[in-house]
Amino acid sequence: MTSTLLKFFGPTPLSRRKALWGMALVAPNVLGLFFFFGVPVLMAFITSFREWNAIKPARYVGFDNFERLATDPKFEQALTNTFKLIGLTVPIEMVLALGIAVLLNQPLRGRNWLRMAYFLPVVTSTVAASVVWTSIFQPRYGILSDLLAPVGLGETKWLVDPGLVLIPVGVVAIWQRLGFDMVLFLAGLQAIPGELYEAALIDGANRWQRFRNVTLPMLSPTTFLVVVLAIINGFQIFDQVYVMTLRTVPGGVGGSATTLTYFLYRRAFTNSEFGYASAVALVLFLLVLGVTVVQLVMQRYWVYYESDEG
Amino acid sequence: MRRDISLPIQAISYAVLIAGAVVMILPFVWMTSTACKPSAELNKLPVRWLPDNPVCGDNLDLLYDTSPHFNRYLLNSAFVTLGRLLGQLVTCSLAAYGFARFPFPGRNIIFAMCLGLLMIPFQAILIPEYILIRDLGWIDTFYALIVPGSFSAFALFLLRQAFLQIPIEIEEAAIIDGANPLRVLWHVTLPLSTPALAAFAVITVQAAWNDFLYPLVVSNTPDTRVVTIGIALLQGERRTPFNLLMMGSLLATLPMMVIFMLLQRYFIAGISMGGVKR
Repeated sequence: MTSTLLKFFGPTPLSRRKALWGMALVAPNVLGLFFFFGVPVLMAFITSFREWNAIKPARYVGFDNFERLATDPKFEQALTNTFKLIGLTVPIEMVLALGIAVLLNQPLRGRNWLRMAYFLPVVTSTVAASVVWTSIFQPRYGILSDLLAPVGLGETKWLVDPGLVLIPVGVVAIWQRLGFDMVLFLAGLQAIPGELYEAALIDGANRWQRFRNVTLPMLSPTTFLVVVLAIINGFQIFDQVYVMTLRTVPGGVGGSATTLTYFLYRRAFTNSEFGYASAVALVLFLLVLGVTVVQLVMQRYWVYYESDEG
Repeated sequence: MRRDISLPIQAISYAVLIAGAVVMILPFVWMTSTACKPSAELNKLPVRWLPDNPVCGDNLDLLYDTSPHFNRYLLNSAFVTLGRLLGQLVTCSLAAYGFARFPFPGRNIIFAMCLGLLMIPFQAILIPEYILIRDLGWIDTFYALIVPGSFSAFALFLLRQAFLQIPIEIEEAAIIDGANPLRVLWHVTLPLSTPALAAFAVITVQAAWNDFLYPLVVSNTPDTRVVTIGIALLQGERRTPFNLLMMGSLLATLPMMVIFMLLQRYFIAGISMGGVKR
């Protein structure tokens, strides 16, 4: 009995000692991750099937929270706003980041300084950035209003108008995400073998043809990763909404700036509806999981990898 | 693409890149310029891009009048950031070393489960996390802000990758000399992984310093309040004029900007290595 147990850890005394060391070394981080992140994941599932608020004790309610979600116009609005934000930010940041990365990938003098300028917003706190952009977007006295005044848009109430408020929120998101995407694109560009360009040159391909037929296909794994990360990031937009609508109507006039995460936060920590908010969290989790699964499945099919050529 | 590029292409590239860079930097300029504006110039037309009479020092004093604990918030942020960094450095380098070099039953499954945590958005577990912290009695304590943040699946992944790239012969030589695994980790593996450690450190520091949603939920007293919450509170007071808000934002941003400018390449290496932010 003792010997079978010992064999489980390894066939020889040395391998058994290594196994014990291994378990001892990983234990603190693994246990910490399990306790502070693994357990909450399990709790999240349980809580979403409960009714739970500040006063009454929690009780099991089956799918009630999800049925309520399905008919809650405020939830539908938050979902729509989130998708609108993703639709607004992801294409723009992708195109801009790719363009800048391609230009920066040339042997230009001072390109480290330029790269630094594009990356600086990434390390800035989103809260501070949102405060600064609130000031930039303020009607009449902001610099944006100053620039737009000649075309008659100097009085635009960007953060109050329900039809416009997602634009400033999205602009901050793009501004802070551009440098991140750019760095991933630059890494992808630098991994493209130079011989491919030489071959294209010999075939007489012009600049556009080289970009279209060499750069873009070779870059597709990176592009795909950037899109997926950008969408996942889009589902989590919170700080910008919280800060930028704080001085007017929190969450935007009529909930016009409320994203999925902001909706979750308000339900849980303003209304103390932990069960209902947990159902929102589960939806958020499933959406992110869905994107991740699509990534894992899709990249087998259409993304080009050099090794695929065999 | 190590060819020389033609002059017109070079000129167009510079024009586009510089124009873009100006747009990216403009908010920082506006923040600094507004932070030094006297209140009288805030709501005045034409819009002052730069203050006529800069009053940086006065505004700094005014900020501390409006938010007397602001220095405390900065210190709290620094303390929490340092705590998380040291915590992760210990737990994650130990674990990364264990996963990289010591086969044990279930190693691959446990590692895969740790990586699986990376796919879960933090917002999705915010509520149970809060309940857990509350049940531990940690609300408004530094335990809440530091302890959970001392464990990381991302850092584990990053450091394990780095450790795997070290030739195992170097470590074996040390083991034959009689050193135990902890000594090998400390004297051989970690010193050989400085670039990865630096990348891990800057990314951890940046994430911890800028963290907002989690502290918003678990800390609500000046004693443990971090600077991002301090700024949000100022923003929430509708009377707070923009020059003081910008001064606060400037103070909160400056440390990260300095660290970034000094250690830019490690930030970029870390993002290229991980492809994931946290």
